[in-house]
Amino acid sequence: MKNLEELRKIREEVKKSMSMRDGAHRGKIVVCMGTCGIAAGARETMNAFMQALDERGISDIALTAAGCAGFCEQEPLVEVEIKGERPVRYGHVDAAAANRIVEAHLVGGKPVGDLVFG
Amino acid sequence: MATPRLYVMIPTDADTVVVGAREIKSRFSSEIGAQGLSDQIKVIETGSFGPSNAGVIAAVQPDGVVYGNLTPESVGEIVREHFCKGRICGRFLLPREYPPTVEQATDARHTQAAGRIVLDNCGRIDPDSIEEYIATDGYEALGRALTEMTPPQVVETVREAGLRGRGGAGFPTGLKWSFCAPVQADRKFVICNADEGEPGTFKDRLIMEGDPHKVIEGMALCGYAIGASEGYVYIRGEYRLSVERMRKAIEDARAMGLLGKGIFGTDFDFDIEIKLGAGAYVCGEETALIESMEGRRGVPRLKPPFPASCGYLGKPTNVNNVETLATVPAIVRNGAAWFRGFGTENTPGTKVYTIIGHVRRPGLIEVSAGVTLREIIDEYAGGMSSGTFKMAQLGGTAGDVLGPEMLDVPMDYDAMQKVGHVLGSGAILVMNQTVEVADFLDSCMRFFRHESCGSCNPCRNGLQVLGEIVGRLKKKNAYPGDIELMEEVCMTLKSAAFCPLGQSPASPLMSALRYFRPELAAAVDPRRERPRTQRVRLDLVELAV
Repeated sequence: MKNLEELRKIREEVKKSMSMRDGAHRGKIVVCMGTCGIAAGARETMNAFMQALDERGISDIALTAAGCAGFCEQEPLVEVEIKGERPVRYGHVDAAAANRIVEAHLVGGKPVGDLVFG
Repeated sequence: MATPRLYVMIPTDADTVVVGAREIKSRFSSEIGAQGLSDQIKVIETGSFGPSNAGVIAAVQPDGVVYGNLTPESVGEIVREHFCKGRICGRFLLPREYPPTVEQATDARHTQAAGRIVLDNCGRIDPDSIEEYIATDGYEALGRALTEMTPPQVVETVREAGLRGRGGAGFPTGLKWSFCAPVQADRKFVICNADEGEPGTFKDRLIMEGDPHKVIEGMALCGYAIGASEGYVYIRGEYRLSVERMRKAIEDARAMGLLGKGIFGTDFDFDIEIKLGAGAYVCGEETALIESMEGRRGVPRLKPPFPASCGYLGKPTNVNNVETLATVPAIVRNGAAWFRGFGTENTPGTKVYTIIGHVRRPGLIEVSAGVTLREIIDEYAGGMSSGTFKMAQLGGTAGDVLGPEMLDVPMDYDAMQKVGHVLGSGAILVMNQTVEVADFLDSCMRFFRHESCGSCNPCRNGLQVLGEIVGRLKKKNAYPGDIELMEEVCMTLKSAAFCPLGQSPASPLMSALRYFRPELAAAVDPRRERPRTQRVRLDLVELAV
């Protein structure tokens, strides 16, 4: 360790990866991962979300799984809940759709109209 | 690697390892692997975040869910139901009387105001990862001190902060450092006292197991402040996990250049070694500790000279408790004024307690100094587990017994002293009305008789006499005059015993008399007469004064 800058660089890097540990988030993405969801490709959707959040360095959004929501035909089903806003439910979310949701809804603050379900 | 979406954090300390924390951890990993979620969910070990009788615990973040009393079978169900499908397994949750997460544990008003200073990382970071410590502002204080402050400025900061030794005596830390700093010598030493022999106290163990780098950083800061380049951690041998974690932490810090030569590009060198104690109570006393480190029998030295001028190997030495040193980085990082924002005027900051006995939620807590015993029991420990409060012993077996009248006295060094008590090292043993005072004192005395080194007469003979008296009180067949005799022997020990071990048995006995004299007096059988042999031994005690 030669100087403080070096230390601070490590700190910022590791901090990012630890962001999911505490409860302070501005919102969360819930990917429905019941049998129906998984069969329709929810695993890929989940991975796509993880990658999309990582690429953009978004650390204040939690990503969680949920069971079947009862709309199996719409799977993979994803719900985006931003604190203080009405939750938005998206249907048929594949990897490309996941990227669009992150870009438009989480970064831009605007739900993706054509993907919204219900 | 992508940022995991879920963390399973398993507090592994010596207690949970015994009940299978390591097995549960590997079970989690294999179950998660079987579900193909290894790259999404990370399982890590952390230090304890508080509860101490709930088996193996797993905190799941960011969901804020805490499972307790885990078995290998429950792990599979949690992975399949919670991690795959998002359905929280209600029946494995830690019972509601436990604070569900570290964050929610701060619900209690005082922690919220104070936050945690020493335990802020315990249960939240992987103690084996130096990177995670750095991510929580670790080693920032050391870096700043080395590059922006002079050693006297560091001493001054600690003195201004009003930090007092957390080992029990409450001696001002900055003052202690200022004794050692100006002494000129070719070698100086920093010793971290991790002997923690006081029964019922295990805070230092949990600090070392949960956040070892904080202790290392505190030691390095102390070394810089007093001009020492060698540090030792004296850990009792039974603390295997503490030793393991401290050893790993020292190695990692060395590998990163945070220990060794030329730290942060300055000319400051500092390195740390671990010394193991063999578990003698008296070695918690700093000069006995130094004797033991030098390879001799752990017997206290005659003071003066004090270790600040003549300590380990006859060189200037500064000995501080684990908790004290773990508090230092935060003080240097945030300043003395910030630290004074917590606690009371004469005892700034927080205090770590281990609370045990008849409370609903035994375990580890950190509270603002000055919080009352009533608040600690009701708000932090969830109230009495059964019965009503009868007494509490503060600071381990050598500590004072407090009656119900003392429930509302602020717990800081001076307020306690004002009512004639000592705050001690941080153990709180709470007892309800089912505990008989004599029974309790008997177990205290057995401990002291076992630990007495026998080198001075008052302690060797006095403890024998006290033990016999308490034994008779327990059997309710004490001789008339036994209680007065007990007081007299206590006073003898207090004034004539060579070291704190011999002086301290008076604390539980005298304070118990203060609150429970009628109960103890009822154990005297007025018809019994003291045999002649007894009187001879008493003369011996008299002679010692």
